[in-house]
Amino acid sequence: MKKSFEELLEIRNKTLNQVNLRKDREEGIRVVVGMATCGIAAGARPVLNAFTEEIAKRGLSNVTVTQTGCIGMCRLEPIVEVTVPGQDKVTYVHMSPEKAARVVAEHIVNNNPVVEYTVGAAE
Amino acid sequence: MNIYRSHVLVCGGTGCTSSGSKQIQKEFEEQLKANGLENEVKLVQTGCFGLCALGPVVVVYPEGAFYSRVKPEDVAEIVSEHLLKGRIVTRLLYDETVADKEVKPLDEVNFYKKQMRIALRNCGVINPENIDEYIAVDGYKALHKVLTEMTPEGVIDEILKSGLRGRGGAGFPTGRKWSFARASVGDKKYVCCNADEGDPGAFMDRSVLEGDPHSVIEAMAIAAYAIGSDEGFIYIRAEYPIAVQRLQIAIDQARDYGLLGKNIFGTDFSFDLHLRLGAGAFVCGEETALMTSIEGKRGEPRPRPPFPAIKGLFGKPTILNNVETYANITAIINNGADWFNTIGTEKSRGTKVFALGGKINNTGLVEVPMGTTLREIIEEIGGGIPNGKKFKAAQTGGPSGGCIPASLIDTPIDYDSLMAIGSMMGSGGLIVMDEDTCMVDIAKFFLEFTVDESCGKCAPCRVGTRRLLDILTKITEGNGTMEDLDKLEELCMAIKSSALCGLGQTAPNPVLSTLRYFRDEYEAHVRDKKCPAGVCKKLLEYYIQPDKCKGCSLCSRQCPVGAISGEIKSPFTIDSSKCIKCGACMETCKFGAIIKR
Repeated sequence: MKKSFEELLEIRNKTLNQVNLRKDREEGIRVVVGMATCGIAAGARPVLNAFTEEIAKRGLSNVTVTQTGCIGMCRLEPIVEVTVPGQDKVTYVHMSPEKAARVVAEHIVNNNPVVEYTVGAAE
Repeated sequence: MNIYRSHVLVCGGTGCTSSGSKQIQKEFEEQLKANGLENEVKLVQTGCFGLCALGPVVVVYPEGAFYSRVKPEDVAEIVSEHLLKGRIVTRLLYDETVADKEVKPLDEVNFYKKQMRIALRNCGVINPENIDEYIAVDGYKALHKVLTEMTPEGVIDEILKSGLRGRGGAGFPTGRKWSFARASVGDKKYVCCNADEGDPGAFMDRSVLEGDPHSVIEAMAIAAYAIGSDEGFIYIRAEYPIAVQRLQIAIDQARDYGLLGKNIFGTDFSFDLHLRLGAGAFVCGEETALMTSIEGKRGEPRPRPPFPAIKGLFGKPTILNNVETYANITAIINNGADWFNTIGTEKSRGTKVFALGGKINNTGLVEVPMGTTLREIIEEIGGGIPNGKKFKAAQTGGPSGGCIPASLIDTPIDYDSLMAIGSMMGSGGLIVMDEDTCMVDIAKFFLEFTVDESCGKCAPCRVGTRRLLDILTKITEGNGTMEDLDKLEELCMAIKSSALCGLGQTAPNPVLSTLRYFRDEYEAHVRDKKCPAGVCKKLLEYYIQPDKCKGCSLCSRQCPVGAISGEIKSPFTIDSSKCIKCGACMETCKFGAIIKR
């Protein structure tokens, strides 16, 4: 199908999210999901996918979503850590895909940590 | 469209394909499915990452974990540990990327730190068989800009201003080539791409075509607009099956999107492109021979002038640029000539890709700004010479180039510096040699290549290179005289000044440059009948040191021609007249009593 320049731009923006992942980035916001056996058993994978999808949907190019092993508080899994450069790390516990969407909207986009989900609130 | 949280990039360049990356990719497919990850993790086949010595290479993003020498049986571990549980398999990482148990970003590793990727910018990043990924990294934006905002003269001006010079070897300013073709009058003009990479040890054009074919297609369309052409040819050797296949896929995709064909982007500019496969003759990399071959005739050079810009393919005005040259064009149009001017040296702008080979730890593909020194390339990027050996010389420019001795290791690499020391940029093969390399033998090796590949049309090349090889053979066999050295030089000069095409004119360069920097080695062969590096068999003698020989007779039993004799428990001797210098005795001796001298 012949494409106009506008259609190319559309393809570009759609695919950019995909290709953008393949960059070495040090700055930017990092979302780290605990994905050891405990995390996976507690449902970390849907949480991880919810983060990836939310972030892609909003076209946030400065956020890296990645995984890590067991953080040590298995009873609080799924655990997600969000690090914004220059600020303290925020640890969210008992996460779910719905909570993930809220964290993206409030914390990552508007820089307002969702206090009620954090480890401090749970303890 | 599916959003993936992780991307697994498997190198699909020729280097990694031959070390088994296809199988790795299949294994990943199966393992991802078995773990139910196929909708979360995307598997991408990319072009060359450059570190071919460590292939097959697999890179996992977003972590940027660089797995090297991956075996099919490792895949299950990567999937279950890294992709499922987020624990990077440190054991399989390229060891340079691991420091204090942390994974370093790739661009901090020695091999990549000093590199700057323009021509290779998308190799190892995008899937070359997917035009959408090329578009995502600003692909076809330059073509749109050129067609809607720039005049053909404006395009040529920009390229002229950028100072881009041909990356195929001779370094002719690309903008000037285009302006000649623009000025030339004709009802039909052609744009050609020289992908007939033939220098032994050079593989950068192949890697660009395998990793980022659309960048060449887009640049050829831009060139066509600049000179007023509507048809182009890519001449590529048939020995590059992966590159041919990906180019064809790319051309079909571009046609499908209307980026090739009639009225591109709704303008009145039309351009289409064809592939022509070469049968692998070296001479067909020479521009006039290449065009003769596209015309369907025997690939032989024709005299210049007339130059191709006046009378080229099918007698029409034609421009012919090398793959790497084209790969720079879209970057220049998108970022501007001023940006390009900040890279490299005053007379050699931009970067150059080198295929590092020979006695070097990191065999592979590197792209550095012009003016980077040979030392930086060999010691820092290349990781030095293996086995603690000493660097002796580097050969650039293939059979047309010359050797750079260790004393000139701090020479900045650009067109003019290399020319000044008797070598040339060439297409970018860079073969590193250590102390075990005989320079006369190297000159002979390249001459053997030229003799084989001479097309035979003109006598200086056909007969002259043959005679050069005869003299070199005579020297390596210990029959040379001092007059032969003078004869060599005289003959070299005669060929240089009288051969028909560039290949013939440069064929004596390996001899001239080794004579210039390693004359003592030639003289050792002639005067002392010795090969200092211990390579030329006829000049070698295997000798048993009596004080070290225990008389065990192992060597004499190993010798295939019965040249070794002696009595048990007393030193053995080798009969040189029978010895065929196979070296079997030296390998079996447990006491290190046998030496070459």
